[in-house]
Amino acid sequence: MTTTVATQGGIGTNAQRPDGALKARGEFAYSSDLWHEDMVWGVTLRSPHPYARITSIDITEALRVPGVQAVLTHEDVPGTNIYGLEHPDQPVLAEDVVRYQGEPVALVAADHPETARRAMKRIEVAYEVLPPVVNTEDAAHGRAEPLHPNGNVVRHVKVRHGPQDVRADVVVTGEYEVGMQDQAFLGPESGLAVPADDGSVDLYIATQWLHADQRQIAVALGLPPEKVRLTLSGVGGAFGGREDLSMQVHACMLALRTGKPVKMVYNREESFYGHVHRHPARMYYEHGATRNGKIVYVKARIYLDGGAYASSTGAVVANAATLGVGPYDVPSVTVDCWGVYTNNPPCGAMRGFGAVQAAFAYESQMDRLADAVGLDPVEVRIRNAMSEGAVMPTGQVVDSPAPVVELLTLVRDKPLPAKGNDLTDMPGGVSNTTHGEGVVRGVGYGVSIKNVGFSDSFDDYSTVRVRLSVIGGQAVASVHTAAVEVGQGLVTVLQQITRTELGVDVVTIEPMDTSIGDAGSTSASRQTYVTGGALRAACAAVRAALFERIGHTDLPLDHDKIVEVLGTDVIDEVVEWRHRPTYRLDPETGQGNAHVQYAFAAHRAVVDVDVELGLVKVVELVCAQDVGKAINPEAVLGQIQGGTAQGLGLAVMEEIQLADGKIRNPSFTDYLIPTVLDMPPMVIDVLERPDPHAPYGLRGVGEPPTISSTPAIVAAIRAATGMALTRVPVRPEHITETS
Amino acid sequence: MEFLRPVSLGEALEMKAARPEAVPIAGGTDVMVELNFDHRRPAALLDLTRVAELAEWSRDDSVVTFGAALPYTRLINELGTDLPGLAIASRTVGSPQIRNRGTVGGNLGAASPAGDTHPVLLASDAVVEVASARGTRSIPASEFYLGVKRNALEPDELITSIRLPKATGPQQFAKVGTRNAMVIAVCSFAISLHPNESRAGAAIGSAAPTPRRVRQAEDFLTEVLDWESPQALPDSAKRRFGELVASAAEPIDDVRGSAAYRKHALAVLARRALGWAWDAYREGERSCA
Repeated sequence: MTTTVATQGGIGTNAQRPDGALKARGEFAYSSDLWHEDMVWGVTLRSPHPYARITSIDITEALRVPGVQAVLTHEDVPGTNIYGLEHPDQPVLAEDVVRYQGEPVALVAADHPETARRAMKRIEVAYEVLPPVVNTEDAAHGRAEPLHPNGNVVRHVKVRHGPQDVRADVVVTGEYEVGMQDQAFLGPESGLAVPADDGSVDLYIATQWLHADQRQIAVALGLPPEKVRLTLSGVGGAFGGREDLSMQVHACMLALRTGKPVKMVYNREESFYGHVHRHPARMYYEHGATRNGKIVYVKARIYLDGGAYASSTGAVVANAATLGVGPYDVPSVTVDCWGVYTNNPPCGAMRGFGAVQAAFAYESQMDRLADAVGLDPVEVRIRNAMSEGAVMPTGQVVDSPAPVVELLTLVRDKPLPAKGNDLTDMPGGVSNTTHGEGVVRGVGYGVSIKNVGFSDSFDDYSTVRVRLSVIGGQAVASVHTAAVEVGQGLVTVLQQITRTELGVDVVTIEPMDTSIGDAGSTSASRQTYVTGGALRAACAAVRAALFERIGHTDLPLDHDKIVEVLGTDVIDEVVEWRHRPTYRLDPETGQGNAHVQYAFAAHRAVVDVDVELGLVKVVELVCAQDVGKAINPEAVLGQIQGGTAQGLGLAVMEEIQLADGKIRNPSFTDYLIPTVLDMPPMVIDVLERPDPHAPYGLRGVGEPPTISSTPAIVAAIRAATGMALTRVPVRPEHITETS
Repeated sequence: MEFLRPVSLGEALEMKAARPEAVPIAGGTDVMVELNFDHRRPAALLDLTRVAELAEWSRDDSVVTFGAALPYTRLINELGTDLPGLAIASRTVGSPQIRNRGTVGGNLGAASPAGDTHPVLLASDAVVEVASARGTRSIPASEFYLGVKRNALEPDELITSIRLPKATGPQQFAKVGTRNAMVIAVCSFAISLHPNESRAGAAIGSAAPTPRRVRQAEDFLTEVLDWESPQALPDSAKRRFGELVASAAEPIDDVRGSAAYRKHALAVLARRALGWAWDAYREGERSCA
């Protein structure tokens, strides 16, 4: 049914972000800018120890500080003092034990943030410090003290595909390690809780998933969900780090106790303790292949450090396991992946979600295989690349385009960049460490596979409401959803889809809140797919209602026709929409159609390495990615550039450094993220090979480029140095062997 | 917290005499970070931004004197030709925004071993001019740094200006950081050639409790450099110089780098920077001839 007339700013155009100018001018209101008459400020007392028993908490002195409105401990949690994204195991406030450094122990509200902090320091907590469990493999194999009632294994996923225990002529093995990366979103955790007279609360919050927050907050507060209303505030980036609760329950508890609006804002240091990080990984891989480089089998053991609480570790483990051999045809797969509890900081969702860690290992292995059989690294990948119709290690058939060979060929065939002569072109940049001495160029490749949307039988859906009315002679559509904008551009996508589907120019986006049904998380590269799909269906329902009024269904729909037909009526449709179902992995074999869709990206990295100083300048990054359909081509490029930069960070600088469970660098002074002088220009090819199962044929975009840029950059550094480099981030100490 | 805002140096010195615990603030790129992180809550801040003479500079035939509150950006733009080593180091400080605010006086006041300008001040024989209501003193840079974040200032004294000889030969500064901009030094090195005295000054940063001159390495250069008819330096001499520089370091293992890496990197930086400076000197000699 072709019933719409393309209007300006529909899908496939570079529609401008409604929040773009405000953000560029610094006028956008983030959650940390929230303000309310009579509000008070909340702060959080956190454990200084990774593992300790709490023997007593004395709040007497804190309560005596003038200006203090409330001091709360676990005894004041009104509902159940336990929450969690996948399964509840984390206290809102610690009771008799703390399991990580930074675990919340008590809350203070005061009329000034400084007063609250001063009072917080007067809370006396007596700890009996215990030796922390920090070794992931010990935790996985029962060699450490259990930190939770069911032991330290959060999840163990086994994948058994094809004949097991096969042999091959060529065998390459490797042990790889990925350090703990932080999302490093720029807007720290913050929100404002406003109590209402009926004992309910409104929370204005920067989050990734309003309804998951609502469910968990309601349980902790002992309130029915409808008495906990959430409205999205301005979000300064997320990348997975806002999928778990941070200060949500705390602010609501303080608001309900004091009867006043309570604002909480973490500073940068607290933010490092206030959200989950990317799982550090230790990975053992063995690839068997024929002499001409065709993979015969892959065996892998992957250990992911989940830290003190489960968060989304279970799903991360499933991703690392099911995507653990990469976008390759592998006839025999034996993968074991463990996610475990330790006393390290909790780890959970971060862009790439398990696929990042595995990709560093399997792509490093592909380069070793290329060496072992004397092939070019791209050629060995092409010989093994999967394509549409391939069978995944889970037994799932890839039933939409998988243009892995084309992506690899595209990045390989780009011309190589020339050497730069300016200081800013050199490793070290303006720090003036080399004028060309010791600088060696290297080129490397990486290719990735990522699932889009929630997997493993999760009921993954979104809810969208579309209202169509005529205001002042103009047709106006308004879109309401709880799907949140975290900076990725959903607001633009919603406007574009509505314009295309309804033929109206003016589309307003209602505040994102919990007064409408669940839209799922803004994660897993899923919102354009799932909420986009729901919006398209809601628009179709609006169209159907219009046609009913007209009495035809085959007319082109345009603005004037809508105005004429609608008059003073309002059409209002709410749709709940699901993608096709996924199925649970078999616990013994890891078999099952667990994923909705696969997405692919490839990178070529060109680096200059100062081999004497171990400093790296990434000179150029080339990326090719299949996006099915680019709803907003410019926003797609932004995702690819941003994702690539985050992968660059993991390759050469980003790591939360730990010592006995304690974070050594909780600041942007010492947790370094790439600057404009670290991130090189990119050459990007965007392919549009439609997925017949997805709305508009689109594919999730946000994660794949993060995954393949890291192994490509490390491969390039290896090419320049001839070193094995089995750990990311690669540090100057690794290259100069001065650790 | 009291916020003291003198409009003249005399008034500032009187305030500092009356309130020696007052923390001077100019660009605020260090002090404000400490306040924001709640690491420090001084009873008073002494704001020096209204004291005009602290942001001025002057020069004669041989010496440049610039105020302690002159921002890096102005130092680079207005004095870069006379003080090339200091300009190179200043360009490595933070971001453009930080360089618009931050000052050499602040670097000296904080006396962090990682401060970017310290090695240049040491290698270039800078003198730190300080004042109090009691009078003024001149403290050579080599006597200014006493320990980690400790300097030779008395509680009632303010840093007023920095005095350096105009460069009479090539100067170099190099700093290792683990990112290509906006990074705190893992280690740093400065060298200033003083052809008029037939010697070179050299110093290291972020590699010992204080920034320090590397005198053994300087003495080595006095032995091997032929200032009258400068020849290309053999690699062995540059390498030996690098070793001597590294051996003067007493670095620590920390979150920014290992002690072993710092020593290694200093040897490389010293070797390279000596090569750049000496080659530039030879080049200059040839073009003068």
